Amino acid sequence: MRRFVLIAVPYLWLIALFLIPFVIVLKISLSDVALARPPYFPQLDLSQGWEGLTSFFAELDFENFWFLTTDDLYWKAYLSSLQIALTSTVMTLIVGYPIAYAMARAAPEWRPTLLMLVILPFWTSFLIRVYAWMGILSNEGLLNQFLLWLGVINEPLTILNTNTAVYIGIVYTYLPFMILPIYSALERMDDSLLEAAEDLGCSRLSAFWLVTIPLSKNGIIAGCFLVFIPTIGEFVIPSLLGGSGTLMIGKVLWEEFFSNRDWPVASAVAVILLLILVIPIILFQRNEQKQREAEG
Amino acid sequence: MKIHLLTMTAGAALLASLAHAEEVRVYNWSDYIDESLLAKFEEETGIDLIYDVFDSNELLETKMLAGGSGYDVVVPTGTFLQRQIEAGAFQKLDMSKLPNKGNMWDVIEARTAQYDPGNEYSINYMWGTTGIGVNTGKVTELLGADAPIASLDLVFNPENMEKLASCGVHFLDAPTEMTPAALAYAGMEPDRKDDEALAKAEEVLMAVRPYVQKFHSSEYINALANGDICVAFGWSGDILQARDRAAEADNGVEVAYNAPVEGALMWFDQMAIPVDAPNPDGAHKFLNFIMDAQNMAAASNYVYYANGNAASKEFLVEDVIGDTAIYPDEVTLEKLYTVTPFPPAEQRSLTRMWTKVKSGT
Repeated sequence: MRRFVLIAVPYLWLIALFLIPFVIVLKISLSDVALARPPYFPQLDLSQGWEGLTSFFAELDFENFWFLTTDDLYWKAYLSSLQIALTSTVMTLIVGYPIAYAMARAAPEWRPTLLMLVILPFWTSFLIRVYAWMGILSNEGLLNQFLLWLGVINEPLTILNTNTAVYIGIVYTYLPFMILPIYSALERMDDSLLEAAEDLGCSRLSAFWLVTIPLSKNGIIAGCFLVFIPTIGEFVIPSLLGGSGTLMIGKVLWEEFFSNRDWPVASAVAVILLLILVIPIILFQRNEQKQREAEG
Repeated sequence: MKIHLLTMTAGAALLASLAHAEEVRVYNWSDYIDESLLAKFEEETGIDLIYDVFDSNELLETKMLAGGSGYDVVVPTGTFLQRQIEAGAFQKLDMSKLPNKGNMWDVIEARTAQYDPGNEYSINYMWGTTGIGVNTGKVTELLGADAPIASLDLVFNPENMEKLASCGVHFLDAPTEMTPAALAYAGMEPDRKDDEALAKAEEVLMAVRPYVQKFHSSEYINALANGDICVAFGWSGDILQARDRAAEADNGVEVAYNAPVEGALMWFDQMAIPVDAPNPDGAHKFLNFIMDAQNMAAASNYVYYANGNAASKEFLVEDVIGDTAIYPDEVTLEKLYTVTPFPPAEQRSLTRMWTKVKSGT
């Protein structure tokens, strides 16, 4: 019985916070837009009993998903979001790995302090931190003033309202999500493995490539997922730091929802986004499992 | 036992006072009221006023259509109001609770009836025009003393815009405002919504798109006042607020507003009560408070927008009532046009066009 309860908890969590909201979004994506409150049709009317239920399902269709294929805006936005998410994940990894590595190599008494420093920015509101970047990156901002003062540049650089600013914002915001899992993987690593590698004639660099990186693989994967998945649907960073040329699916979703008042199409966009994210993750996990089985 | 009883009574009294702490939640545009009025309302009525702000009709509309916003008073623009009334988002006003209704200006009420027939659901808060704000010093420096600062030519003629780009131009991020202006520039009826008209508007906007630094609906107030940008296509009162802030800061920036001579969009922001407002009674009290001649005048004197309250005129400062950019004279008034809401299919084409203009896709 206790075991059952223990297993049930995560499933209940998943059903309440993932499955039910998803079914609601899916249902809206199959509806039609209407001038009403809420602005779509049909509404589920249970007071009419079975008849209400059947007529409700008869009204649902996939029209909105077809609509998404008629305009190149949508796939371009998906593609550009994927590209931005992929690039920023790689950049976050490049910046985050050395930090995590240095933290794991630091003297044990220093590690809690370093860990604290990574988590510390979360104590300030995310929105305020993004706004702070606007102040740093703008034409009259701190960065430009500093570079002008140094004499590195003569004209202020236009960074704010470009994709560069979006990348800076994303890497900055999601860096802790990359550092923490890698750090926890590296910290657990047994140092004697490196000694063994050196004893067996490995140079330090090849020991890093052959021992440290593979052992921190799980941390890297976890970090990449934690950065990649929220970045794809990111809305706040591109709308504050990006220019009007920054095309991301989060913005398209906003337009559908707010400007067009078309909740059904907006929901269809969201469902597709979820599929784009979930399918590769499932495939990846299945692959991992197969590998593990092959090894075991 | 005695102590126990005492705490219980104290607790009950506390609960009772909590239950009586009446609240009114108001959702209005940003930078749109003299905030001392909020304290005055609380003082006069004893009602706690919770005042939140937004900067886009789209945001407000989504909250209204989703329902359960928790707001008692909201301020949509006429075209948006009309659609939301049709969707059943608002309740009819109880005129018996609005003794100050008689203060309203019949000329404006006649125009707002286009959106809210009979003015049954809303009262006019402010009205104004959409036009051109310039940093006069910088613009004359770039375009010469005869720069067309009162003409759409300034913002839609690529030759002018190319020169202005270096000092910064902002457009409203509101396709329902920018499209009529683009059509007026092209010499077409501003209220047209057909494909041909939208294609023309797109052409006009695309031609100047490379020179627009940003599409945003509220940042230009400060940007214009600080001298960060030199031209903004925006709302009359916002630009006049920028003028005022620049004058206060004494930073050498001089801002001027002009309604375009080719015609300017006239809009009306209406106060209405959502159908599911938690405290409709308090909402009526707030509306009645706002319709008080002196209160309304204080709001206009602060935000530099004209209001729909005839009785308030005598309390308006000369800076407001005497400024034709705020209270237009007969000649300008004739050139002002109004528009109607976009139906769903046309709205989709409009949003699509706007995305294309902004992102190039």
